[in-house]
Amino acid sequence: MMQTLRYVVFRDLLLAMRRRADVATTLFFFVIVASLFPLGVGPDPKLLRVMAPGILWVGALLASMLSLGRLFAEDYADGSLEQLVLAPEPLTLVVIGKVVAHWLVSGLPLVLISPVIALQFDLPREAMVTLLLALLLGTPLLSLIGAIGAALTVGVRGGGVLISLLVLPLYVPVLIFGAGAVDASAMGMEAGGHLSILGALLLLGMVLAPWATAAALRISLE
Amino acid sequence: MKLNWFKYAAPATFYPLAGKLIPWFALAAAGLTVAGLYLSFFVAPTDFQQGESYRIIFIHVPAAWMSMFIYIVMAGWAAAGLIFNTRLSSMMASALAPTGALFTFIALWTGALWGKPTWGAWWVWDARLTSELILLFLYMGFMALHAAIDDPRRADRASAVLALVGVVNVPIIYFSVKWWNTLHQGASVSMTMAPKMAATMLLGMLVMALACWMYSIAAALARVRCIILEREQQAEWIANLGEPA
Amino acid sequence: MLEVIDLGCLRGERRLFGGVSFKLMPGGLIWVQGSNGSGKTTLLRTLCGLTQAMAGTVHWRGEPIQRLGEDYRRELTYIGHANGLKEDFSALENLRIAAQLAGQSISREAGVEALQGSGLAGREHLPVKFLSQGQRRRVALARLRLAHPRTLWLLDEPFNALDTRAVADMQHIMENHLAQGGMIALTTHQDVDIQAADTRTLRLDA
Repeated sequence: MMQTLRYVVFRDLLLAMRRRADVATTLFFFVIVASLFPLGVGPDPKLLRVMAPGILWVGALLASMLSLGRLFAEDYADGSLEQLVLAPEPLTLVVIGKVVAHWLVSGLPLVLISPVIALQFDLPREAMVTLLLALLLGTPLLSLIGAIGAALTVGVRGGGVLISLLVLPLYVPVLIFGAGAVDASAMGMEAGGHLSILGALLLLGMVLAPWATAAALRISLE
Repeated sequence: MKLNWFKYAAPATFYPLAGKLIPWFALAAAGLTVAGLYLSFFVAPTDFQQGESYRIIFIHVPAAWMSMFIYIVMAGWAAAGLIFNTRLSSMMASALAPTGALFTFIALWTGALWGKPTWGAWWVWDARLTSELILLFLYMGFMALHAAIDDPRRADRASAVLALVGVVNVPIIYFSVKWWNTLHQGASVSMTMAPKMAATMLLGMLVMALACWMYSIAAALARVRCIILEREQQAEWIANLGEPA
Repeated sequence: MLEVIDLGCLRGERRLFGGVSFKLMPGGLIWVQGSNGSGKTTLLRTLCGLTQAMAGTVHWRGEPIQRLGEDYRRELTYIGHANGLKEDFSALENLRIAAQLAGQSISREAGVEALQGSGLAGREHLPVKFLSQGQRRRVALARLRLAHPRTLWLLDEPFNALDTRAVADMQHIMENHLAQGGMIALTTHQDVDIQAADTRTLRLDA
């Protein structure tokens, strides 16, 4: 069982390696969105410091959502999704593998680059650590929730735009607690509570989302 | 009277039943609306704090109740359709969605109307209004997904999964928004009533809520009849209906 | 043994076929025929459990396939219209990954051998995007050449885009499989004569 999980993750990572440009695009999208805000609202450091948590999180939300299109759509088009569904293992396992690979390719790079962007916004050091932790807990959740939307829109015309309508409202709690954590720690308060809630949501997502994604995939493949 | 409920699980038998029920629910909705509006505009006393503008809650609060309740009912029907593979349940779910979205929109609109005199702004990021807004997005997502998939059976099942995911998320979203709101301390006046609400106010609100119920049932039944006609075009019983479509 | 009882399928709200019943015994071959749009692909997809039937059941060794789940899929190889190949992977990577995911892990050498047997010698390491349609089909079908093949093969137009040599080769492999007690259900427009202990044809638009 673990072996299949490993194979799925390996397969998707190898695919991502062959298409490094796609991975870089997501990352640069995040960087560009974050850099546009100061140009829009002005370079006042005080204002930017206040806005930073929200900007970074909205950027992460959008970047993670953009890469969802790749999660199942290509596998569906070339027929390998059928073969994945027919693998002699529970479909939830395959889904978990794909979500893990998606996070490693599109979530983890955001987490790693976030301190650099936080510097642009002059976030205090404690807030930077909190941001890193919050993104570490929150981005997997974005991949998990997003997978449901990606599975529902597989093979649907206009799926790319539709997916944002389906997924973004479900991202709201992640945004609130993720940005809230950074906010709290920027104001010198304890962020542990927010992070615990994010962790709890992540656990809930890990239990429920693969299951819903598998159900959605089965329906989409009919 | 004993009814065989399973008999009405088939669209062919449900269609005429719905046709017979609609006028009654519509009539009840109209009657209750008149009574409710009379109570809320002429009987209920003026609020000493907010003056006359508070009277919008007689529409706002029932609409907000309905918007959340209909989402849950809709998800229930969708789940039934997914589990028991009954076409009518899925049709009910998609018939309820526009009504739910309508009430969400009314709740938002009346919220804005109430906000202008009370807060001095059409829109304030109040916890309740924000949750309603996200609920509207959820309804939109449900309807958009259903409309985007050509095969009606697949559309039913896919949007059912979405509705169920939504229903798990609605409380999480609601509490996170509420928590976010208390943290940022936006609005100071809340939409919730003063602790001692006049009995006539409560009565007016309940009557209005009941009117919304009746309207929702009538609208959903009327819509489900259209969906049945559309989906079962080829079926023999429709050709035998003999009534102008 | 695969047993299909009174199977019926819809596409949209329209009936595609109904009342399909047959039994497939070890060594048996069933040839699904019908004009375009008669539901051949849907039938095969229903047999492997991808599509749900509106009526009827599919039994494998006496149990409904929905209940068997993974145990059924472990005995099955389905090759659909689409080849299920990744353009960015080489032929060998595609074959090995497909086999791994199907629970049939193979060594590098075994993979190379299967590809060479399919007439792809020298192209094992070429990304699939540089292969022709016929060559891609051969990569997909190379799974059938692996040792310890799955009992039940469900093949949707396996000979599409193949040249006559490759068709003859595939035919030979299928005959071998049937001789060893395997079972095959296939759709094809080509006139191929596969020797089997028990050959049946199923016409869908009859």
